[in-house]
Amino acid sequence: MLWLIVICKRLLWALPTLLAVSIIGFTLMRYDVDLGVWPVPALKNGGVVIEQTHIHFKNPIDPLAELKNNPQITPAVYESEKKRLGLDRPFHEQYLRWLSHLFEVNDGVWQPNMGKSFSGEDVFTQLKIRAGNTLLLNCIVILLTWLIALPLGVFGALRWRSTTDRLLTLLASVGMAAPSFVVALVLAVVCVKFRLLPVGGLTSINHGLLPWWQQIGDVAAHLVLPVVVLMIGGLASLQRQMRGNLLDVLQAEYVRMARAKGLPEHKVVYKHAVRTAINPLVTLLGYELAALLSGSLLVEMILNYPGLGQYTYQAVLQTDTNVVMASLVLSATLLVAGNVMADLLLTVVDPRISLSAIEQRG
Amino acid sequence: MADLSNSVNTAALQQGGWLGALKRILSDPAASAALWVLIILYAAIALAGFLAPYGQYWRDRTLAGAPPTPVYMRTVETGALTWPYVLPQQRHFNPTTLSYHYSEDTAHPIPIRFFVRGDEYPLLGLFNTNVHLFGVDNTKQDGAQINLLGTDMNGRDIFSRLLYGGQISLTIGFISLLVAFPLGLLYGGISGYFGGWVDTLMMRVSEVLMSIPSLYLLITLAAIIPASVSSSQRFALVVVSLALIGWAGFSRIIRGMVLSIKQQEYVDAARALGKPSLGIITQHVLPQTFSFVVVAITLSVPGYILMESGLSFLGLGIQQPDASWGNMLKEAQTLTNVLYAPWMLAPGALIFVAVLAFNVLGDAVRDYLDPKTA
Repeated sequence: MLWLIVICKRLLWALPTLLAVSIIGFTLMRYDVDLGVWPVPALKNGGVVIEQTHIHFKNPIDPLAELKNNPQITPAVYESEKKRLGLDRPFHEQYLRWLSHLFEVNDGVWQPNMGKSFSGEDVFTQLKIRAGNTLLLNCIVILLTWLIALPLGVFGALRWRSTTDRLLTLLASVGMAAPSFVVALVLAVVCVKFRLLPVGGLTSINHGLLPWWQQIGDVAAHLVLPVVVLMIGGLASLQRQMRGNLLDVLQAEYVRMARAKGLPEHKVVYKHAVRTAINPLVTLLGYELAALLSGSLLVEMILNYPGLGQYTYQAVLQTDTNVVMASLVLSATLLVAGNVMADLLLTVVDPRISLSAIEQRG
Repeated sequence: MADLSNSVNTAALQQGGWLGALKRILSDPAASAALWVLIILYAAIALAGFLAPYGQYWRDRTLAGAPPTPVYMRTVETGALTWPYVLPQQRHFNPTTLSYHYSEDTAHPIPIRFFVRGDEYPLLGLFNTNVHLFGVDNTKQDGAQINLLGTDMNGRDIFSRLLYGGQISLTIGFISLLVAFPLGLLYGGISGYFGGWVDTLMMRVSEVLMSIPSLYLLITLAAIIPASVSSSQRFALVVVSLALIGWAGFSRIIRGMVLSIKQQEYVDAARALGKPSLGIITQHVLPQTFSFVVVAITLSVPGYILMESGLSFLGLGIQQPDASWGNMLKEAQTLTNVLYAPWMLAPGALIFVAVLAFNVLGDAVRDYLDPKTA
């Protein structure tokens, strides 16, 4: 029961946090503060003079710059577009309008209306596709990382200071230091040069014409490169942690005890030691959930993967407020949820940390 | 990092003094190799103007995308040993395949000269000079250049720009830390020391910042830097954006440490003596977090270097024509560029080396201060 209370309490706390996040996001996108004319000291001709300066803080990116500079667009069209996007309203009105649309209820069903993007698509529909792609990518990455890193970590700990262990440790240091965007570049070039794998996108041009089993194969082939790139860093650090944890556990007294009472070695290792060593890593899952949507932005950019990161990046550059806000709130929600999950998992794996202590933290 | 805060061995640093600590850390061969790599990198960027044969903005459009200039030690005719020389490069464009290639003009070997005069630069910020460590005389022959790592698509010397770019990429992390860490220390210190509603409120605020995915916040902040700012202003604003991302998480850890430190008796004593709270926080409480801060700094620098290069790589950080390792890689985003000129990936290799060195050194420092997690 305490579980439920803690979860509810944390989620309630999350609401004002998310509201604040959305306000910050909207402010960054749309801030337009006109302070009027003020006397400001300025350096001129070697002396300080007081100048009348118009102080106006405004997002320097004009979302309608393209229309403004297009000679085919008449001023009337420009104005109507400005009105359609709500850009003629004051800042707070724009925000409240955005917020109220988010909680739109049709026929008793919550249907979030996240507005339209600049290119006219429904943001919610687009977001579902993009976030889905990113989730697909990152879930595969997490799954494979854990499946590969844990056995490698166990191997490294059991063969402590052997040549293979040293090699794995070296590879782990290299993998942790390699910047994902550089790895992505290098691997993409290699793949293009030797025609190993398709680079960019999630599907081939002829995807729609293929039978379903080839469609799956097509998507899988496109996923290989981003998955490999994103796995490298996580693989290295998880292997290192698993190895370190297991080394610690193997020195513990109850392991010595298990050996002393004549338990076969494989039972000592796999039944007692490994299970204990994995426990602290489980909390990492929560943090991985938190980074699920926003962690792969650079790689998505380089490999032109149609995910949420790439979508958001392009929207930020155009100050496409509806898109930026939607993806910001979505990934912030996931981040908060991930942190709650990490805390809860912590109590599951480590009974010394009590739920009530976490509850006190809020 | 979080689990480290409780167990960091504060006494370790004070026992042997700084020199003893350094000696112990460097007894690990990997750590001392890492330190040497970093010393060489920082010395190279400090002497960038002297070591680089060309200036950061220097360019020759007729030699765009030229491969690394080979340095020859034997004469063309006889193969006898001679003073190192380079051959002038000539660019040929093939109008049917729309591709270009370079050939060497073997008739005009150009000897490499040391301490040649070239572009003027301030040496160590002290005085202006135009002496460069090495270079070639490019007045007599067209295409006579020495590009150790080739040129980019604008015909700029990559080797020289790597050195100048390092001045930004390798320092921006430290400068951001200098902004983020004092802020986080003070914020976490105040929050933890006062407790109660002050603590709740302050931690809520930092929680809000931490609830925004850091890369999203970073690109949003960087995107709204006006295009009109000068390059030094942009540098400062990038530093502030990076610092804004980092301080919140750090302040939470400090706050946790302060919560336990403030219960010690000497803090009570200071309070009983009537010392103002801010003085207690800065003079008695925060110094106790010292070794954790040292470890956190060494472990955070690579993250900041990566963030800056990622940001510049996206085109939102340091802007052309100023060089930084990230924005030099931006050209490599076009895969065809890299296919024809793989030497454009050189900055990526340097980022990797610098981050690796910082990681190895950071691990060694942590192992020293906190043997438990070793």
